[in-house]
Amino acid sequence: MRHTVIPFGPQHPVLPEPIHLQLTIREERVVEALPALGFVHRGLERLVEARDVPQMIQVVERVCGICSMIHAHCFCMGVEALLGIEAPPRAQVLRVLWSELHRVQSHLLWLGLFADCLGFESLFMQFWRIRERILDLGEATTGNRVIVSVNVIGGVRRDPDAAQLAWVAAEIDRIEEELRRLEPAVLDDPTVRRRTVGKGVLSRDQAWELGAVGPTARASGIAEDMRQTNYAAYGRLYFEPVVETDGDSHARLRVRFRETLASLDLVRRAIRILPAGEVRLKLREPPAPRGEIVVRVEQPRGELLYYLKGSGEKRLDRVRIRTPTFANLPALLAMLPGVSLSDVPVVTLSIDPCISCTER
Amino acid sequence: MRALRRFIDRMRAKSPWLLHFDCGSCNGCDIEILACLTPLYDVERFGIVHLGNPLHADLLLTSGTVNPRNRKVLANLYAQMPAPKVVVAVGACGLSGGVFRDAYNVVGGIDRVIPVDVYVPGCPPRPEAIIDGVVLGLQKLAGGGRGGR
Repeated sequence: MRHTVIPFGPQHPVLPEPIHLQLTIREERVVEALPALGFVHRGLERLVEARDVPQMIQVVERVCGICSMIHAHCFCMGVEALLGIEAPPRAQVLRVLWSELHRVQSHLLWLGLFADCLGFESLFMQFWRIRERILDLGEATTGNRVIVSVNVIGGVRRDPDAAQLAWVAAEIDRIEEELRRLEPAVLDDPTVRRRTVGKGVLSRDQAWELGAVGPTARASGIAEDMRQTNYAAYGRLYFEPVVETDGDSHARLRVRFRETLASLDLVRRAIRILPAGEVRLKLREPPAPRGEIVVRVEQPRGELLYYLKGSGEKRLDRVRIRTPTFANLPALLAMLPGVSLSDVPVVTLSIDPCISCTER
Repeated sequence: MRALRRFIDRMRAKSPWLLHFDCGSCNGCDIEILACLTPLYDVERFGIVHLGNPLHADLLLTSGTVNPRNRKVLANLYAQMPAPKVVVAVGACGLSGGVFRDAYNVVGGIDRVIPVDVYVPGCPPRPEAIIDGVVLGLQKLAGGGRGGR
């Protein structure tokens, strides 16, 4: 029996980013998938040699534009821990608020792209229409649409007033209502179900062995979410991870849809517990962290890990970033064999790949 | 024959087909480019259709910096596009390297590899700015574009 090798990417209509998969096909079924990376590698970790700590925040935000807030949050938490300071309580809650808004917009973005890759274009338009309203909330409270750039060492840059927060809370309610109206179109639509149910199955044991993280692991029944470690203000928000057990593309779709609603709820509760006070510590001198630390936070795509090492200079010695898509790629390669060629885009997209994160 | 050619030139600018290639950006520009297609900004009202095939494209929209690995892909995509064609570079890093300028694996702006017609600054630029850049590109396309007559 002859094999055919088909290149998938680096430029492909369903992929917003360049990743190359070399697919070995036998009778329309994938036998083996080999990834080729490096199209987006910029070498950001080495930029610590050229940038001091506050400048480095701008760089880590641009590791990934979709979850920039969470990268900066993680980096600032690490530097603050090395310096032995802690952001004021109001800043902690505001960071959670913006992180969750970022998660909502990232999940809506993915839900739209996923619908588009199934050929369900009107649903893509609906999700992106709702996403624009989340971006409006971010822009009104932080000043930027995509890369919000609101974190600084020792707090946050902006302090929304009570009127703005009341507007955000009211808007969140309206957005949730619209999303609930879309729920049957996403989860129960027969076309969506036929393209996703049973496609790209990842069992719980496989997910565990291959080290899958985030929604990919949670869709296979692993109840693991870094927000359970109660960093920033998550400890006061009584957080519960969203878990599904089927492990197929539809389960990953359900996890992300339910997480979107859960994140909207977290935003609402964060506004309710927001304490008064300062949002930013005044640092007497430029930060010069000493020591090493590992920080873990939950990104929309899973666990994000930063390793920081400093020796009391204004520049760090080393930054190591381990991003969720990097952890999920082995799981993707385990899902692909046996999948039909026409389902490869669906399964690839179902792990929500973020290549610019992976390659930095 | 010349009248037909003039007609095609005029009509091409009325419904340009657009190819987007991400050559190493942080996704910030890419999602803003995609946001241009969605109901709030809706570039389809200018007749712009986003597609994935360089052989059908009139306008190449790029985001991000060039690195040694993807410069071949970028040059290849540009060579596959039929003339006349227009290139719009989106985002600070596609213009000069931007925030990634000093990183070791960054060649620099898009114009190191292929000729660029319109530069859209910003990190990331707002969708309005991207639409403005594309419309400027269309004017160049109506005027003959690159490699045209």
